[in-house]
Amino acid sequence: MAKPLVATAPFTGCFGCHMSLLDIDDRILELADLVEFDKSPINDIKTFSRPVDVGLLEGGISNDENVEWLREFRKNCKVLVAVGQCALTGGVPAMRNTVPLKECLEEAYLNGPTVVDGCIPNDPDIPILLDKVYPCHEVVKIDYFLPGCPPSADTLWAALTALLTGKDVGLPYELIKYD
Amino acid sequence: MAEDYAKLVNETVEKFGKDRGRLMDIARALHAELGHLSEDTIGLVADALGIHRVEVRDMASFYAFFSREPKGRATIRLCNAVVERMKGADEVAKAFEEAVGCSFGETSEDGKISLEYTPCIGMSDQPPSALVNGVVLTRIRPQDVPGIVAALRKGEGGGRLHEGGYESSEVELNLRQTGPVVFAPMERGAAIRKAVNMTADDVINELNRARVRGRGGAGFPTAMKWDFCRKAEADAHYVVCNGDEGEPGTFKDRVILTEQADLLFEGMTVAGYAIGAQEGFLYLRGEYEYLIGHLQQTLAKRRRLGLLGENICGREGFNFDIRIQLGAGAYVCGEESALIESLEGKRGAPRDRPPFPVQKGYLSRPSSVNNVETLCCAARIIEHGADWFAAMGTKDSTGTKLLSVSGDCERPGVYELEYGITVEKLLELVGADGAQAVQIGGPSGQCLAPKDFGRAISFEDVPTGGSVIVFGPERNLLECMRQFIEFFVDESCGWCAPCRVGTTLLLKQLEKVLEGKGTRADLDQLERLGVTVKTMSRCGLGQTAANPILTTLRNFPDLYDNLIKPGDFIPSFDLKKAIAESCAITGRNPELEEEHV
Repeated sequence: MAKPLVATAPFTGCFGCHMSLLDIDDRILELADLVEFDKSPINDIKTFSRPVDVGLLEGGISNDENVEWLREFRKNCKVLVAVGQCALTGGVPAMRNTVPLKECLEEAYLNGPTVVDGCIPNDPDIPILLDKVYPCHEVVKIDYFLPGCPPSADTLWAALTALLTGKDVGLPYELIKYD
Repeated sequence: MAEDYAKLVNETVEKFGKDRGRLMDIARALHAELGHLSEDTIGLVADALGIHRVEVRDMASFYAFFSREPKGRATIRLCNAVVERMKGADEVAKAFEEAVGCSFGETSEDGKISLEYTPCIGMSDQPPSALVNGVVLTRIRPQDVPGIVAALRKGEGGGRLHEGGYESSEVELNLRQTGPVVFAPMERGAAIRKAVNMTADDVINELNRARVRGRGGAGFPTAMKWDFCRKAEADAHYVVCNGDEGEPGTFKDRVILTEQADLLFEGMTVAGYAIGAQEGFLYLRGEYEYLIGHLQQTLAKRRRLGLLGENICGREGFNFDIRIQLGAGAYVCGEESALIESLEGKRGAPRDRPPFPVQKGYLSRPSSVNNVETLCCAARIIEHGADWFAAMGTKDSTGTKLLSVSGDCERPGVYELEYGITVEKLLELVGADGAQAVQIGGPSGQCLAPKDFGRAISFEDVPTGGSVIVFGPERNLLECMRQFIEFFVDESCGWCAPCRVGTTLLLKQLEKVLEGKGTRADLDQLERLGVTVKTMSRCGLGQTAANPILTTLRNFPDLYDNLIKPGDFIPSFDLKKAIAESCAITGRNPELEEEHV
């Protein structure tokens, strides 16, 4: 039987959740036995080549490219897991949601103390910012949510192994308690 | 100028005895004088009181009636509670915006008039209503608005309405049915004279035999509360009357305070005797400021008659007096521990319990916080005896209950009725044929469908603090529920995440369904979220905030089922809308792919 395929996506976050995934230490070898990675920044595979079993999503959705890729993930993955606070709620990047986008851009590119001859970037190659940062589940259907900033390596490990071995994904309180 | 200003602040602080506990009064007085509480004012008050400015800012930023930016000389606070909007508040709002020339939340260009919305001001029986610098306007019609605004524009001297030169509408009483307990004729001092000839234990025992329970809605046995308070050892005990009826659709206390203030003060004095307090407070919601003159006069009269003050009714050593504390617009202050915080001159954030207020309440001393109506009942029980009282109502709900009925009915107003009356009978009484639904206990209570109209208003069946809102057959019920949730979003004090965040999530989730973007999964999520907010919130506000949704999901499932779509997911996200602002700023115009999910 072929190994289950896992893909991961970094949207608008800090890569901390991906770091946390790597933080499972030597269990990464076990994981490598258990799964194969498809599209992921970990192996630098850029596009989906085949249907994937589990997609792990880090980060909120802040621009049109995020939206496009999130929809690609939904199309190509059987199960989608939103991982970490940014994917679940928008997280720290969503702090901009309380400030109008125009003000954010003007502060960053026109009025900031280090700006010289600034202009608001408008190159067609740059992703277009959304009016605010959205959580993943407002854009596509999400099957599971893993809270945490980031979810600990143990949490990720427990969730992923449960998903891949077809067990119940209910996590013990200790793994989702954050204070 | 700057000196005058500093002098004003210092004099005001002096006037209230440089007492940090009177910060609400100090802030109210300065706000009335200056129109807002600037950072400078806040700093000067802090210096004069010898406290950190953060403490003053913390308090000032909490209450809806305190502005920290300059406002118009007159502030029109139009009530946008559900019942008011059912009865034309939106049209009146539009008329105000046209006449004043600015939107709600703004101040007119000439700086004379500000427009604000405010939740229920206790006038649901005579909507649409508004507060203008503390003065109540009721039954406002759109055609009245230009006249009101013109008068306010002309008016000098702080824009006080009565100086504006037009006839201000009077608050109607709308007392539709009197009963034997609260709205029967009374003789001043009758209850107190009886009480002082009994021991304090006997007074409490009499209440115990009458089985009287708290009228605010929760129904805690009053005798037990007084007994706990009396037995808690401390150098002082306090009686606190909760006159902060903010539950939308409640206005029974307004009518008590207008008609039977004497009975309330009688009850407070009896409570003072029973628990061994020398001081009582009536916490009056800021919306009822217009009643304060009348209440002060009543207190003064009672002092002259020896019913307040020292050695009351000749009882050596029984000293008791009452102070009225005005609030400043915060629904959460109806929660007893938040009310005590506010009474101490702080922001009205609920406290952790235990300790309960009967152990550590006002100034950390044992305090009995009772509803206005409960204290009236207590006075009557002492006057006429427990047996008389317990003979009325049902086994677990003795006596009468004041119901304030509003919405789609012919005779809105206050009714004093024996506990145990069915919803059906009540609807008949108020003239509400063919009601689609009845909201009992306000948004924090429950929304009943006709199948439940045979149920009885009582603690054991359908409890209520008094608010009854009738929805006629034509009403968009779920839109009304949406407005209830909006109310909780605004009134959440923000302390705990389940309430602060949860109420907003509830609103978004409900709106998704109402916009036709919901599926069965969204309804399930709505219910799960509601249960989380209900079980995880810190105080009664959050614990009941999901009720409009949870009770309609249960009682009106068809309304929701008709709104949802097949399939398991519909996004609320709209890419075109989400990039519109960005495109406008950068001048980009991308070609969008067809949306696919």
